[in-house]
Amino acid sequence: MDLNGSQMLIEALRKENVKVVFGYPGGAIMNVYDEVYKQNYFKHILTRHEQAAVHAADGYARASGNVGVAFVTSGPGFTNAVTGLATAYMDSTPMVVISGQVPISMIGTDAFQEIDAVGISRPCVKHNYLVKDVSELPRILKEAFYIARTGRPGPVHIDIPKDVTAQMGKFEYPDEIKMQTYKPTYKGNPRQIKKAIEAIALSKRPVLYIGGGAINSNAANEVREFAKITGIPAVETLMARGVLEHDNPLLLGMLGMHGCYSANMAMSEADLMIAFGPRFDDRVTGKLSEFAKHAKIIHIDIDPSSIGKIVDVEYPIVGDLKNVIEAMLPLAKEQIDESKYKPWRDLLNRYSEIHPLRYQDSDEVLKPQWVIERTGKLLGDKALITTDVGQHQMWSAQFYPFSHPRQFITSGGLGTMGFGLPAAMGVKKACPEKISINFTGDGSILMNIQELMTAVESKIPVVNIILNNQFLGMVRQWQTFFYDKRYSSTDLTMQPDFVKLVESFGGVGYRVHTKAEFDEALKSAIESNTIAMIDVHIDRLENVLPMVPSGGTLYNMMLEYKE
Amino acid sequence: MKEMRRVLSVIVLNEHGVLSRISGLFAGRGYNIDSLTVAPIPKTNLSRLTIITSGNTKVLEQIVKQLHKLIPTYKVIESSAFVEKEMALVKIPLNEDFNGLDAMLKAYNGTIANSGEDFIVVMVADDYDRIDSFLKAVKKYNPVDMVRGGSVALDI
Repeated sequence: MDLNGSQMLIEALRKENVKVVFGYPGGAIMNVYDEVYKQNYFKHILTRHEQAAVHAADGYARASGNVGVAFVTSGPGFTNAVTGLATAYMDSTPMVVISGQVPISMIGTDAFQEIDAVGISRPCVKHNYLVKDVSELPRILKEAFYIARTGRPGPVHIDIPKDVTAQMGKFEYPDEIKMQTYKPTYKGNPRQIKKAIEAIALSKRPVLYIGGGAINSNAANEVREFAKITGIPAVETLMARGVLEHDNPLLLGMLGMHGCYSANMAMSEADLMIAFGPRFDDRVTGKLSEFAKHAKIIHIDIDPSSIGKIVDVEYPIVGDLKNVIEAMLPLAKEQIDESKYKPWRDLLNRYSEIHPLRYQDSDEVLKPQWVIERTGKLLGDKALITTDVGQHQMWSAQFYPFSHPRQFITSGGLGTMGFGLPAAMGVKKACPEKISINFTGDGSILMNIQELMTAVESKIPVVNIILNNQFLGMVRQWQTFFYDKRYSSTDLTMQPDFVKLVESFGGVGYRVHTKAEFDEALKSAIESNTIAMIDVHIDRLENVLPMVPSGGTLYNMMLEYKE
Repeated sequence: MKEMRRVLSVIVLNEHGVLSRISGLFAGRGYNIDSLTVAPIPKTNLSRLTIITSGNTKVLEQIVKQLHKLIPTYKVIESSAFVEKEMALVKIPLNEDFNGLDAMLKAYNGTIANSGEDFIVVMVADDYDRIDSFLKAVKKYNPVDMVRGGSVALDI
């Protein structure tokens, strides 16, 4: 079948079962948009900024587990998309982002809206392509989707010159693909698995350290089963929230800089760490020389370069986590006696009792933790939670009762402010039956505020809950703790009327100062079934605690802040 | 941790931009490139790069893993048994006294590659550390220019 490049792209998306594309047109990608207009396989959602298109595709991918797709034009269209690519790359989200490029004959001439897009995207994508001839396009599209979703997932960028989108060529889209140089390892080495199980059986104080790989591998059921059989206490990273249900008795909580005391103490006192797809981020480990220094480490990861990158590992296992745990389960049943770890569990439970996650509630002013807890109580697993970046992100991770994987969507690795609103729109498109909540801050929300228009136009109801402290809160907190309260450029008292702002776009807004107002606003926002903004005025100086100061040790947390 | 020199032979798909992926990886992650040579492998769609790098054990392990992670990488050979050779060209004015030059070239697998009106160009091919010593020794002929080619290596 002969098609032009743009038609090939549309056909490939159909074959890949893509239902939604987020994007923004422009000169170099107009041929593609002409075909978008003519087709009805997928819905195209026009965002109001290219960065938001990529974040929306990212949110869609994280919530659904499928590859997210975004279209942008050349030059500024592409450079605007870069933050979205980098965000997805750091958190291993499967995505395919298509950018237009100037015609091949004009590449290298500094043409209008020309930029070396593959040169820019190279360090922030899993792989990228510049299509030089339409005959390569079907293969490149097939490879792009395959690379994005297999192995350690990640974004793939395809840059298509305008003349290629018009060139005619033969379209053959293979069902299967084999690449000469790319072959991820799925099955763990059985000898290594056997050794790991023996090490667990010999250990007295083991801990499960669960990372984002557990979600990407769809391994939550296996992780839960493994925890249940072995009785080994578990901690989760920010990216792994929801792998274990919040009321699982083995779950100590999140670890790291704003993790809970018992989780960090479990890492510090463990004699064996079983790492299920984490990457030992510096916000998790604190000072490396003191991190889990009594523990031998079993590290299971599909990306060999993750293993041994930060810490030395005694039992490396390269493979797909789900696959590896399935292989571990029968051996674990035979060899591991969960009663052996009871004294260890009792000790950690005592830690949890002595220093639980807590906050001082107040009748005078709303506390952000209460807002999150309350939302969790009212909505529970009916809601999917997206966040922006900062204090509200940490409070959400600490206080929302997550009950399933892909319920918590957040920019962990790159920490991208402005991620929340567009990502929450993508989440809603992926799971329309769920309530999409975006916890955000008065700083973050303004970084992609134009997306209110997208949400109204494309009828994507998202409830934005702004935890408004009129500060760039997390930076303000560090200034309080470490910079003698010199609040350099963090006072955000100057801000718009968020209620009027959202109303001007056609959504609904609420200003909230009390608990009763919050309950009412949340109920009304959800019932409105349109884009909503709840501007919650919270205690300005509330801090995220406990905290391991940057470079500090996990076992030496700041539990409260004293003037 | 101790810094070590390491020879890596990397086989990659010979496609658009593959060299920038590799040089970008080294630059972006702060790894050293002491030398890098690249040429297509005849009758294949592959190219072979010989990279001389250095770093401590942990860094060298990461370099190999990160190279593997690049999609067009077919193979990374890091065997300690390599035949490694480098070549160098040296331009010497004709008015020099060439006494002993022949013997020196012989000792370093060398020859006179070109002779012009004002200069001769000599070439040598040898182990990289012997190239170091040749370039030192040849200074007595007051060379006006010299170039080294970077190592090429084959595992044995």
